[in-house]
Amino acid sequence: MATGLAVLSTGLVVAPLVAIFVYLIYKGASSLNFAFFTQIPKPEGEVGGGMANAIAGSGVLLGLASAIGVPIGIAGGIFLAEFGRGTKLANAVRFTADVLNGVPSIVMGVAVYGLIVTPAMPFSALSGGVALGIMMIPTVTRTTEEMLLMVPHAVREAALALGVPNWRSVLSITVKTASPGIITGCMLAFARVAGETAPLIFTAFGNSNWSVALNRPISALPLEIYRYAISPYDDQHRQAWAAALVLVILIVTAVSLVRFVTGRGVLKGAS
Amino acid sequence: MGVGIEVVSLNAWYAANHTLQDINLNIPANHATALIGPSGCGKSTFVRCLNRMHETNPIARVTGTVRIGNLDIYKDAKPVEIRRRVGMVFQRPNPFPTMSIYDNVAAGLKLNGYRNHRVLDEIVERSLKNSALWEEVKDDLKKKSGASLSGGQQQRLCIARALAVDPEVLLMDEPASALDPVSTSKIEDLIFELKSQYTIVIVTHNMQQAARVAEKTGFFLNGRMVEFDSTHKIFTNPSDKRTEDYITGRFG
Repeated sequence: MATGLAVLSTGLVVAPLVAIFVYLIYKGASSLNFAFFTQIPKPEGEVGGGMANAIAGSGVLLGLASAIGVPIGIAGGIFLAEFGRGTKLANAVRFTADVLNGVPSIVMGVAVYGLIVTPAMPFSALSGGVALGIMMIPTVTRTTEEMLLMVPHAVREAALALGVPNWRSVLSITVKTASPGIITGCMLAFARVAGETAPLIFTAFGNSNWSVALNRPISALPLEIYRYAISPYDDQHRQAWAAALVLVILIVTAVSLVRFVTGRGVLKGAS
Repeated sequence: MGVGIEVVSLNAWYAANHTLQDINLNIPANHATALIGPSGCGKSTFVRCLNRMHETNPIARVTGTVRIGNLDIYKDAKPVEIRRRVGMVFQRPNPFPTMSIYDNVAAGLKLNGYRNHRVLDEIVERSLKNSALWEEVKDDLKKKSGASLSGGQQQRLCIARALAVDPEVLLMDEPASALDPVSTSKIEDLIFELKSQYTIVIVTHNMQQAARVAEKTGFFLNGRMVEFDSTHKIFTNPSDKRTEDYITGRFG
């Protein structure tokens, strides 16, 4: 009975994922060709072209977002778990992170538009990266904190008893011990912002031409999916499906790659 | 070489709880000294005051004087310096779970910035030999995690880790209480070997263990040290009635 329930629940968890993937392949795979990865979009109404600019743009945006969100997020998590425990500042930071996590992504886009795009620079890759990066921070911070708190007290004591200074023990022992969980948190945040469209509308803006410059508008896969899916042309609908498939594959590849690279050094019997 | 420890009117608190009250004793160099007493009597707190681990708890407080060799540890030095001279082995084996066996032993040196690989290799080998673990792990030094070893092996790994930084004193807080009898006897043999080079202070619940490994024994009760004398005297002819009651099993 219990086993049956467990199997059933497993099926219910896996089913949507499999359904999405199968449907994306069914709708999108036929439109994937060499041109899709190497060419930029054709003018409205013309058949063919590709999304090289959007794929590269997503890469640039996510790179920027990770460069901002991962270090700040991890540093925040380390502060919450190790240095600020019980202080008013830590409680304020934790509360802010939780609220930030709940802010709708469109609001984040508007906020970055108002705070960065209008006063400092025009629509650009940089402001898009900032918007996505800020969205990554709360997830990374809170998972880092949780993972650090799970490291047994005995491990910290062992380091301190060897005459290792506290900051060194935190960085080299506690963070290292918690690193698999911290990396998972970063990947979750990465995967979440990779599919965000709303914060990019007001910041990265989109670009039909090839551009990876940080100070100019840049294209991104979710933006193109959005634009093509509501267009009146069949060929653009097909390309939107293909782009959705590519986006999912890119996320899965990125996550697997990080898992592979970080998992290589793990020793036999390490927990 | 080990050095003696002189404790003068040591008091310790956890918040408002006065866990150690006016402790005075002299622990001889290059001998094993056992501390016995019922749970909660303050013996663990006492050893944690000897390497200033007590104060890592934010609600803890300590007063009094502890001299290790010529060093007044609460006046003349920083906690990290003391802890490099006073090694500690805990009740439950606590190897660093993500590190290899080699890195576990080398951790104290590496984390304090030591980088000479040839010397590190020598120190790791010597420490593992001193903790009687070398033969069992020499082929897997960098392949296996410290956490992959058995409980008894892990505890000997922790002893090797403590020895690698070349301390003068080795504190052991019930080092065998989580281990099976075979592992326990290995740890006891080890204490026997090590006490010629290090001053060893061992907290134990097991009175036979105290009798087997230690020359001196102190009996703690309710945060006070009731009696401190040669192990033989404590177990055959204690001066205090409470010590006699405890070792004959009338309480605790």
